[in-house]
Amino acid sequence: MSEARANILNRLRHSARPQPTITEPEAAPAPPLSQADKVAQLKQRMEAMHAEVIITNSGDWTTALKAVLRQRSLNGLLYAPHSPIGVMLSEGWDSDLPPLVAYEQSVEDCKERLFTIDAGITSTQGGLADVGALILWPTPDEPRLMSLAPAVHIAVLEASKIHDSLASAMRTERWAERMPTNALLISGPSKTADIELVLTFGVHGPKELIVLVLND
Amino acid sequence: MPTRPEKVYFFGTCLIDLCFPQAGMAGMELLQREGIQVVYPQKQSCCGQPAYNSGFPDEARTVARQQIKAFAKDYPIIIPSGSCGGMLRHHYPKLFADQPEAAEAQRFASRVFELNEFLVTVLDLKLEDRGQPIKVTWHSSCSALREMKVIDHAKSLLRQLKNVELIELQRERECCGFGGSFSVKQADISSAMVVDKVADIEQTGAAVVLSGDYGCLMHIGGALKHRNSPIPAKHVAEFLLERTQ
Amino acid sequence: MTETVVDFPKNFKKALGDGQLRHNLRAAMDTLGMRRRTLFSDLDVFEKLRERGDAIRQRALRQLPELLERLEQKCTENGMQVHWAETPAEANAICLEIIQKHNATRVIKGKSMVSEEMHLNHFLDERGIEALETDLGEYIIQLDHETPSHIIVPAIHKNRDQIAQLFHDKIPNTPYTEVVEELNAIARQVLREKFFAGEVGVSGVNFAVAETGTLCLVENEGNGRMCTTAPPVHIAIMGIEKVLERLEDVPPLLRLLTGSATGQLITTYFNMISSPRKPGEKDGPKEVHLVLLDNGRSKIWADPELRHTLKCIRCGTCLNHCPVYTRLGGHAYGYVYPGPIGSILTPQIEGLKNAGAMATASTFCGACEEVCPVKIPITDILRRLRTESYDQDETPNSVKDHGHKLNATESLTWKGWAFSNATPWFNALNAKLLGLAGPLLPKLPAVGIVKKWSQSRALPTFAAKSLHVLAKEKGIRDE
Repeated sequence: MSEARANILNRLRHSARPQPTITEPEAAPAPPLSQADKVAQLKQRMEAMHAEVIITNSGDWTTALKAVLRQRSLNGLLYAPHSPIGVMLSEGWDSDLPPLVAYEQSVEDCKERLFTIDAGITSTQGGLADVGALILWPTPDEPRLMSLAPAVHIAVLEASKIHDSLASAMRTERWAERMPTNALLISGPSKTADIELVLTFGVHGPKELIVLVLND
Repeated sequence: MPTRPEKVYFFGTCLIDLCFPQAGMAGMELLQREGIQVVYPQKQSCCGQPAYNSGFPDEARTVARQQIKAFAKDYPIIIPSGSCGGMLRHHYPKLFADQPEAAEAQRFASRVFELNEFLVTVLDLKLEDRGQPIKVTWHSSCSALREMKVIDHAKSLLRQLKNVELIELQRERECCGFGGSFSVKQADISSAMVVDKVADIEQTGAAVVLSGDYGCLMHIGGALKHRNSPIPAKHVAEFLLERTQ
Repeated sequence: MTETVVDFPKNFKKALGDGQLRHNLRAAMDTLGMRRRTLFSDLDVFEKLRERGDAIRQRALRQLPELLERLEQKCTENGMQVHWAETPAEANAICLEIIQKHNATRVIKGKSMVSEEMHLNHFLDERGIEALETDLGEYIIQLDHETPSHIIVPAIHKNRDQIAQLFHDKIPNTPYTEVVEELNAIARQVLREKFFAGEVGVSGVNFAVAETGTLCLVENEGNGRMCTTAPPVHIAIMGIEKVLERLEDVPPLLRLLTGSATGQLITTYFNMISSPRKPGEKDGPKEVHLVLLDNGRSKIWADPELRHTLKCIRCGTCLNHCPVYTRLGGHAYGYVYPGPIGSILTPQIEGLKNAGAMATASTFCGACEEVCPVKIPITDILRRLRTESYDQDETPNSVKDHGHKLNATESLTWKGWAFSNATPWFNALNAKLLGLAGPLLPKLPAVGIVKKWSQSRALPTFAAKSLHVLAKEKGIRDE
């Protein structure tokens, strides 16, 4: 269809008239938030969207995680064995907990497992305080479906990685120079309001989102 | 506050001219009572909006030129309608953008005031209520609300009247469905809209519905009459004059 | 493509007579409007934000050909395959070729208005390929063989009882339930199997970033992520106007989109896709195709005034605030895009003869413009379309079917009107005659516009003395 390409671009080029440039208003500057404020704001916003946000620290987070898991009856926890958090998990897993299931093969070889396991745990690239969302950049170790296919998604977020806003995250981390295959913002468990605008949680994505915030 | 002029023009609007002249007379009397000399050019007619909105800008321009000619002197132009006011202030410059009269149309537009706007922002009008206690409700025409932004002015005048209780509509910001030729070209939709508007007016329990635009008032008043409602639809200028005489 | 002949008067009457529809719509539009107002409660902040949105969209459109080439180049460098289509038929053919190359028969779809424009589902269905809508609202209406009645909430014309009956009738072994949570659970279960088995995923695009070759998708349900992650092939379809220059243009537009559409600070998911699965990655599609569809957009773009139409980010808030849409719903408009944005976009794509009537279904109340997050001058464009229906002077930028309504009666009427209103002595005579005839008019048989007016409104009467006469009698100066 290169003909279509040429035709479209020709039409655009040949009708191009100089348009006046308009001045773009700057974004209103927001006062920078302290880390504590960012954690509080993210927690409040994400809880409003039915995420469960647990404030813990890097020494204790696995304890908090285990408490979360023990409250639920889960058939397994999908994890990334080679990621930093995966390594920590496999080092001290208790037998009464849902078994750890590693995501080690391509999706084609384990798709059924991915769609039937109850929970998955991932790390995060950061968070956004102003809207209350997680940033995920899935990696070869922590693939995309980990945060999508299981009914419960548990995410580990370091408090120091919470940004004021998406704009500031993009700027300070220079996203434009290094966009990954897939970058995601996640603000809660999946939801819909397609029937009479009644908000219900847990449609096609996870029914539960649990965020462990590591406050160090 | 802009300086108080000695003289102003009054633009009656074609609808008030032909069907509701009492509203125009009331508007002029309110101005005269404040010591303003009112000039009513006999060569005025219509702002041109009917043709402009129906897809006939050339015809609208022909009529608009006549108004620019009829209101040639440098007096403020006072108009008892947000809709026609919007046409003069916001659409004349667009209508004449590519025409030799572009600058003239701009200057003309800058002299236009909606009546309530003028009474409040230029004359700082003070009113003393002499009427019996009454409940009224208010209909905002879309152009008064969104183009001219003069609703607060009109309401502030009503709120000066101590025996007048203003009860607001539940859907004050929603159009009544007039829309000029829309009311007959899309009569079914227009009717559905005005039926809802009238129900909203009736639930307020008000004795009269007021507005600053006779297009809407003709539409709403006609619908009220059609269902034998006793509530009259009245121009705010008439009401203000009645209450303070 | 769409050879629909829409009977607008019949559709409008039918919709207005449907009390259930009116009730469903009114409640839903009120809720959406209220949520939006809550989010954008600070009007100054909103105004500044939408000025940015407007400026960003204008900047992108100003450089449209360059940005499309840059987008193509970046996406290609990132490993995606970019296709160009002038017409819906070409875009459908591109999709079909990709699907057939993979011997796929099960396509899962995320919400995409452009695919509605292409009637892609129907096209694939005729060729033995199941294209399943997976957004809950889209799934509901597909089950009932309907089209979306709203850009954002496609099944909003239905209430829970209607959906309960539909699920009970159409999904095997499904008990009747009106509990919304249970209805959601039923859909989840059905669709999960489809996600698992889907061979090709199709999605729309909310923004495409030329700087990085990134496709952005906004959603709440997770079905969009499923469609773009689980199957081995992903086809993204977008109108050519959706391109943005820079990644940093995304955050303000995202806020405007989610806030305007549903009053959300952010949706559950914001999905940014920049490449197919890379070596070493375990999931994600192995192929990502981007289909760029023109379908009349490059022609719209050529006209500086009409170009503003293309700024639209499809938030649907103009529908929510439109007193006409609120009373008709989307289906009455007969085309894919209803409401104010549909009424300016559709006649430009489909032509004035078929769709020009949409531009008359407006009172120019301006409620849409007041909330539009990118400041599209909707009423000016509606007026332009009305003018083009009658105008004689055709230019290269004229809308299709320019001047098709030109007729002697209407032209003469307006010429006569203009003559009267520009000729003071004649106008005075007219006023006098109307004043004299005033008392007689109600006695005339009600026909034409008088009949239309009288269906719900009493007729006004002409005053015995016009304001001109009264002013003169009262001695008001004439200068």
